[in-house]
Amino acid sequence: MPDILPADSIGLVTPQVAHFEQPLRLDCGRELGEYDLVYETYGELNSARSNAILICHALSGDAHAAGYHSMKDKKPGWWESAIGPGKPIDTNRFHVVCLNNLGGCKGSSGPNTVNPQSGKPWGPEFPIVTVRDWAESQARLADRLGIDQWAAVIGGSLGGMQVLQWAIDYPKRLRHAVVIAAAPNLTAQNIAFNEVVRQALRSDPDFHNGHYYEHGVVPSGGLKIARMLGHITYLSDDAMRAKFGRELREGKINFGFDVEFQVESYLRYQGESFVERFDANTYLLMTKALDYFDPAAAHGGNLSAALAGVEAKFFVASFTSDWRFSPTRSREIVKALLDGDKTVCYAEIEADHGHDAFLIPIPHYMDVFGSYMKQVYADIPPEVTV
Amino acid sequence: MSELRPDLAIISEWISHESRVLDLGCGDGTLLDHLKRQRNVDGYGLEIAPANIVSCIDKGVNVIQTDLDAGISDFFDEDSFDYVVMTQTLQAMYYPERLLKEMMRVGREGIVTFPNFGHWRCRAQLALGGHMPVSTTLPNKWYNTPNIHLCTLKDFESLCRKLGIRILQRSVVDHAHRYRLGGKILPNLLGEIAIYRIILERRFS
Repeated sequence: MPDILPADSIGLVTPQVAHFEQPLRLDCGRELGEYDLVYETYGELNSARSNAILICHALSGDAHAAGYHSMKDKKPGWWESAIGPGKPIDTNRFHVVCLNNLGGCKGSSGPNTVNPQSGKPWGPEFPIVTVRDWAESQARLADRLGIDQWAAVIGGSLGGMQVLQWAIDYPKRLRHAVVIAAAPNLTAQNIAFNEVVRQALRSDPDFHNGHYYEHGVVPSGGLKIARMLGHITYLSDDAMRAKFGRELREGKINFGFDVEFQVESYLRYQGESFVERFDANTYLLMTKALDYFDPAAAHGGNLSAALAGVEAKFFVASFTSDWRFSPTRSREIVKALLDGDKTVCYAEIEADHGHDAFLIPIPHYMDVFGSYMKQVYADIPPEVTV
Repeated sequence: MSELRPDLAIISEWISHESRVLDLGCGDGTLLDHLKRQRNVDGYGLEIAPANIVSCIDKGVNVIQTDLDAGISDFFDEDSFDYVVMTQTLQAMYYPERLLKEMMRVGREGIVTFPNFGHWRCRAQLALGGHMPVSTTLPNKWYNTPNIHLCTLKDFESLCRKLGIRILQRSVVDHAHRYRLGGKILPNLLGEIAIYRIILERRFS
């Protein structure tokens, strides 16, 4: 909770809602008749509407990427490290838009919102959405905001997948694509982790096949385990060793099953705080969106063919200790772009933070990211003044 | 803009307009930046040092952060470039032979520069001084040098023969990258930096 807002923060921000009544045809074959998208914006949109940046969030993200909702907030938005005045995504230069994706649980239409047809929460009836569906809904938001072409679309992890989708589906609607700690699809190991997450959620006795809202409970045990597993895989072995080692909370072992090691305490805390802020049905949907993402599949597995039509310039970044979205996967993206003679820069950032590194202000990361964003800024067409 | 380093100036003379260039160990992107602006060249650089990645991006040079010792086949198919350039990098590689082969595979022509270990000062320091040479071109001591595969013009040319590589052009310059008469007469003895333009025999027609 800041007594004074930090100078490099965008400060107090207010989420907005866009309601859409034009039905959205989804990959799963179903249709969303109407839906809401909650979004936030930071920084001024120029008169040519050419300095807009779209931020795509990852699995547990939301529209609140930067700043504070009130002076009572304990924490700023999830990507405060990169968005703000003077930061890589400089709000003095860019108009930044971040939305909560469909199926999310932070205001946009999703399982925890009311299905207008039944008047009851969607729950497990909310359709499974894909990264392609998201890009389409985001394009509609861009239409609504009067943004024909983004200066850049930017995302990390699952957010990076959305950036790829944008570049493929709307090649003329973005000048730059910034893909951080992402992958062209999930490995079997990654899908396996997601399946453990789903089993943890679905086997919780309070899950009630996703209808837990009506029972006035949440599958908190499942959510906790799911998040604990996630956290282990987002960190590296080295990062965990450095952070916790074998440190004991009380300095001695107690021959019991209460928290003894610091790492247990950390995981339990992360699990518990997640229960308060996240929804199990949304978590399930997000893991499915991850598992299904595979733009090369439509081209016989050929990623170069999938990216043949992209026109955006690319900045791809990965982190050396990220084993969930390893540098090898980012290099596949780079290779496919090079095959098509696309404009691309690639940074493989030395970091021992694991997958989480993409949210951490590591100096070299912020330097290359900031440098690239200066190029994005330089590429904004000069405003025509009358 | 400050003047281009003379060896880079020589190299850029050898590169035709609007060609595709890959620069292995592109440093801060000076050469590619120059080629892009002066010759409208479409290029990519490979580089490992974080600070150089930032400099390249600042210049608008397409740079890929990677370790050349891990090879370049991961990224590039055969015949992807008109020229593959490697300035003052070969001697710091763990696997120079493999990299030379790969560069001749992904590019039609190669341009390589390296410090000549056969220069008379190197020879004199070893022969008369009895210690590993230290010079302006090779400023490090044996225990802290990144240059682990030093060679002479003769050595390089014999490796080229072994790999079926034809030498199209050769220049030698001194440590300030200036042409000297001596370098023309006795290049392996009087040239400090060697600059080669090479092509696979089978591509030469």
